[in-house]
Order: sequence, then C-alpha cells, then structure tokens
Amino acid sequence: MNSHMQGKKTLVVAHAPFWHDGKTVSKKYRHIMLAALPAVLMGISQYGVPALGVLTFAVGCAMFWELLMNLIMGKRIALSDGSAALTGLLFGMLLPATAPWWLIVLGTFMAIVVGKQIFGGLGLNPLNLPALALAMLLISFNSVFDFNEALVHYDLGFAMTYPLADVKFFGTQAIEKFSLGALLMGKQAGAVGSTFGLGLMIGGIYLMARGFIRWEISMSFLAGVFITAWLFHVSDSAKYAGPLFHILVGYTLIGAFFLLPEDSSSPVNLVPMLVFGVLAGVMTVLIRNLGAYVDGIPFSILLLNLANPLLDKIRPKAIGKVVENA
Amino acid sequence: MIKRSFFGVVKPVLKYNVVPSAVEELPVPNRAVLFLRDSQNGGGGFKVGDSVKTGQVLAKSSDSADYVVSSVTGTISAIAPHFGTFGEKYTAITIDAGDKDDWDDGFTSESTLDTALRFFEFAPGGPSFKAFADPDKTIRTVVIYGMDQDLLLTVNQHVVRNEAGNIKKGVNVLKTMTGIDRIVIVVPEGLVQQANTTGAEVKTVSAVYPSSLPHMIMKDVMGQVLSAGDSPEDTGTVFMSAEAVAALGVAVDTGRLQVAKLMTVVGKDGHSKNVRARIGTPLGEVLAACDISMNDRDRLILGGPMKGVATYSLDLPVEPHTDGIVAQAQVFSALLTDNPCVNCGECVRICPVRIPVNMLIRFLEAGNYVDARDIYDLDSCIECGLCSYVCESRIPIFHYINMAKYELKLAEAAEAEDE
Repeated sequence: MNSHMQGKKTLVVAHAPFWHDGKTVSKKYRHIMLAALPAVLMGISQYGVPALGVLTFAVGCAMFWELLMNLIMGKRIALSDGSAALTGLLFGMLLPATAPWWLIVLGTFMAIVVGKQIFGGLGLNPLNLPALALAMLLISFNSVFDFNEALVHYDLGFAMTYPLADVKFFGTQAIEKFSLGALLMGKQAGAVGSTFGLGLMIGGIYLMARGFIRWEISMSFLAGVFITAWLFHVSDSAKYAGPLFHILVGYTLIGAFFLLPEDSSSPVNLVPMLVFGVLAGVMTVLIRNLGAYVDGIPFSILLLNLANPLLDKIRPKAIGKVVENA
Repeated sequence: MIKRSFFGVVKPVLKYNVVPSAVEELPVPNRAVLFLRDSQNGGGGFKVGDSVKTGQVLAKSSDSADYVVSSVTGTISAIAPHFGTFGEKYTAITIDAGDKDDWDDGFTSESTLDTALRFFEFAPGGPSFKAFADPDKTIRTVVIYGMDQDLLLTVNQHVVRNEAGNIKKGVNVLKTMTGIDRIVIVVPEGLVQQANTTGAEVKTVSAVYPSSLPHMIMKDVMGQVLSAGDSPEDTGTVFMSAEAVAALGVAVDTGRLQVAKLMTVVGKDGHSKNVRARIGTPLGEVLAACDISMNDRDRLILGGPMKGVATYSLDLPVEPHTDGIVAQAQVFSALLTDNPCVNCGECVRICPVRIPVNMLIRFLEAGNYVDARDIYDLDSCIECGLCSYVCESRIPIFHYINMAKYELKLAEAAEAEDE
C-alpha cells in the first residue's frame, strides 16, 4: 500500500507529549550560578585574588572529581550538566579566603565522591553536597573556620571579627558595633561568598521568581530562624542576638537560597517543604545559641536532609485512590 | 514546543484552542485504506477484486462485531495484515476508488441499539456502543465532548458551533437507540449558546488543559470522582464526541452512513486548519492538500501534541478517531534524555490528580510496576502527559506510565489464563 505515494520519508517516532516547557537541568544550574554572582563578586572584591583562587580551585576540583568518577564508574561524562561546577562554586563560597589548597581538594572530594557519586550521581544524593563537605571539614579542621583567626591579616575598613563568634562568646554588647545595614551590605568577616546579604537576597529572589528553587523552603527556613531567634532574644536580650542579626550573619542567607532548597535532598510536597524549612531554621538557631558550634547551618541542613524522605511522605491522597480499610 | 513564562514560580497553563477555523472539504482519494480489527480469526466476507460501494459494511462474517465501512466506491485491491501501536492486530483493506460515489443501500435507519452496533462503530469520531449492550454495565448517562481532548484540535468545537442541528438529531437518535434520558454536552464557555439548541443538558468546561479529559470531566463537571483504575463506563457514563453524535443524526436522517472525518491539521509553523476527508485517505494526501511537506527526521503526530501518537509513514490512512494531524519539524521535537530524576518536584505540583510522580518514576524506571501501582498511585493517572511536559530531566515519564500499565495488563491476563 505504499508504492505510489509521495517519496518515502523517514519520520521520527516517540511517545507523547510532543511539547515541552523548555526547562533543562543544566539550564537551571547555570541560572543558580548566575544568581550566586553578586555575592561571589563582592567576596572577590573584598578579599582579592585569594578569594578568586579559592572559588576557581573549588570549581576546578569538583569538576575533576566528577570527571574522575565518571571515568572510573564507566558513566557518561556529565561535566556539561553543570552540577559539579555548581557544587564546587557553592562549596568555595562557604570557605574563608585563606582556606588551604588541600582543604579544598578534600572538601570537593567529600562532596562529589562521597556525597554524590557513591550514592549514584546526579539527583541521588540524600544530603546537600556543599553542606556535607563543610560539616565534615568543620568537625575535622575547626581551626580553619575560625574566621577571627583566619582573617587576622585583613583590614577591609570594618570590624574584622566574626559576628556569630562575638555574640556567642561575649553576648549582644559585642555586636553593637555591627549595624544591620552594614551586615546587609557585606561589611562583616566571614566566608568568601556568604557575607553579602543583599547580593544573596537578590540572587534568591531571582531563583524563587524564576521557579529554579522552591520558595516555600527558603521562606519557611527564614521564618524558622526569625521566630526562634526572636524568642531567644526576648527571653534574654543581653545574651542572645535579635532575629534580623541571625538572618544576616554566618551562612544563613546562602543556606536559605542556595543550600537548603537543593532538589534531591529536599521535599517536594507543600506541607513537608514548610516543615522542612521551619525545622531547619529552628535547629540553626538552637545550635548557634545553645550548641557547641558557632554556626549551625551545615548541621541543621544535614539533619533535615536525613528527615526528608520521611517528611515527604506527608502528601495529599491521589484523586481516585481507594483506601482499603483493614 | 511551548516555553513557560519568565516567572517560573507560576505553573505553566496550557489552554485548549476554542476558536475553530473553517473547514475545507478534500476530494475523494484515489484509494482508501481501512483497518479492520482482527478480534477473531478466519476469513471470508470479502476478497481482493470485490467491488464495494460507499457506505458498505465490510466484515469477516455477517455476525462479526468488528467491521469497517467503505468510504469510497471501487474495488478491493489489497488485503494485508497491519499492527497497531501496542501490537493490536488489524487487516488493512485497500480499496481503489472509482470516479463516482455509489451509495450502498444496506443501512437500515431504524433507531435501535442493534443498528448502532451494526453500523456506527466505524463512524467518524470513533463512537462505541458496546458498553450499552454489556450486561455487566448499567449505563445511565451519555456525555458528549463539545471540546477536543487535546490541545490545538478544534474538531468538536467546530461541530458544536456549526452543526448544532445535526447534534440535535443525533441526540434524539441516541435517546431512542439506547433508551437513555440523560444526555449531557460539555462545551467551553463560548459555545453555550449553540449547545443550548442541541436538546442535551449543557455543562461548561474550563479551557485549561487537561479539563476535557474524561476523568476530569467526570470529576469537575459531573461531580463524580472515579476510583483509580475505573473507566467512566464502569460507573455508568459513556463518552462520545460531538462529531460522532452529529454523524449519527445525519446518517439516520439521510439514510447514508457518514464516511468523512473532520480533522485539525497543524503545520510545522503552528498554523492550523480544519479539513474533512474520507476515512481511509492516506495522511500524505491530507498533508499535500494543506501544503505541508515532510522532510526526513520530521515528526507526524496523529492526535494532539499532548496525547497523540507519532506515526511512521505518510501512507497510513485517516482513521475514524483521527482528530488531528500535527506536523513537527525536527528542531521542534521535544528532546528526551536518560538523565535521572533530580527530584525538582515540578511533576508533583502540576499533576491534576496529585500523584507523587517523583516517587512513581523511580519505581517505573526500576521496572517495579506492582509497587508503582500499589503504593504510588499508577492507576490514578489520567494520562494527560503534563509530568513529561514539565520534566527538567526530560524523562519520558508518560511513556513509562503507559508501558507500566500495559505490562501490568499483560501480567493480569496471563494470571487469569493460569487459573
């Protein structure tokens, strides 16, 4: 039945649907890197070449580990999806400008090899990769993350003490020297890409508006931090800093917009997202105010990452699902 | 391909095309190919060289439930086996058409269910009357689609807008044939006025995809949520397209079975046009009449962009249920990958029946179809394809879902055979 029709054409078949909204994973990762740029550029302008060195070396190392693991495990080379570069960049943003090279090699190894590839690669990591690497290094090499010590040779024209350390050890009078406006503009000691509050917020708002991260997680996390810090502050304002201070210092904002809403380690249903965010915020302030560590972000994120599969079971019943009562 | 809005925080909204374009009538083709379903073996009934008339019923035996209706007058030139997308067996009957239509007089226009079963199963719009005759089913309602199920297509919108009189005749015939009083027509907002003249109970449906799919109509319009895995027929409702009902009305009125199918043809540039061609017309001829030329590696979709079936040959014919023909250039075809799910949750948030698609796809990829059904709501799926549409990882989720349903059906059939 085919002899006399118009010439044979080789048509490509596939399953429906034949439309797509155009999103891809790699496009998303590029946009997240773009959103991180304001904070990154501020870090580089403050700390100069060492900061640039930390960031680029972290990106390079992360990509190297990814390549190596792809080769060893005989998988498709996945560097072009941008996920390894993003992990490296975010990890670099969490480090002080003085971080030694071996720390970066080790940290990216933890993130890419231990955190990601061992679990099966992209999308299968149960824990947030930069947070995992940071937590491991914080436990093992705490002194590197003593920002007061690390940045002792820098004078950027503002108080070069780490705000979270100040309030933890000396109470709220020690942080009177920081105005909220200055903290917002990044005039505080800290990690390369974590101190420029305004820049991180701009990036975060961009990511939320474009739908690249889930706003429910970021906003509920900030709400959790705010409410818990406020309760502490009300109970003892000489000892505990106020809520806005907690939001603007340490890793809070980079955590809210770049670490916590990472896809594979966070829930997708509404109620679980809100619970996940709020609990992470509460844990963060609890660790900061009561725990042994100066900043609680990496630990609170990892803890909630572990709870994620369980939390995400709280979901609406599918329409039409027949519940069999025993 | 449609891109989402810049502000991705809002869910993408896909709207049905509710403004039908005018219809161009295509000439009778030189040859027509009709697919006769092979539910039983054996032959007879017709052979190569037989001459057939327009409207003549062709079946393997006179009591067979499966038959085709010749759409041209001419001679059978070939009989060959044909296989459907899921391996269904058909007999492809090729008829070389003569110069003029000679109408067969075998059709009795009595309004009985028997007439419907014997003459209208191959009518344009692909209606099925089998549920009415099924002793296991009690049908109480007929719902007429006044809006096409897939995007871009405007076949039923056109029929409601321009052939309300024929639908009215069809509704009367349906009532007599099936003995069913409650006939509902579901139309988009703008067609209520025309629908009001059809004599059916008018209900409106939202123009946002997938509200015209049967399960969504049942839930949102008829107010009855179907249990997972149930079809509307299981709960007493038969769906029929407005085109089929109009064809029924015209056939009984004129004594001639309708043999032409209305279709929306969408070119590679997105321009759409409605045409009416004889069932059995080769797709290539329809495209040529619409000035659409296909190149190697292009895609040709029978149906719409969300639920249609991509086909492999321009020689395949227009079938009674071919509501649309969509041509896509290679560059516009949605690209799939073997990337794993990154758990972004877009699918979960867009799913109209709240399936945890992010979990479901993990079980489907692993081939664990039983858990996919029992724990992650595979049976609730209404097959709209939106999960694949938004998937960032470009996983063919809809494909996996259909494959799992198919495999489970095979397994169930095998189990039933063992017992």
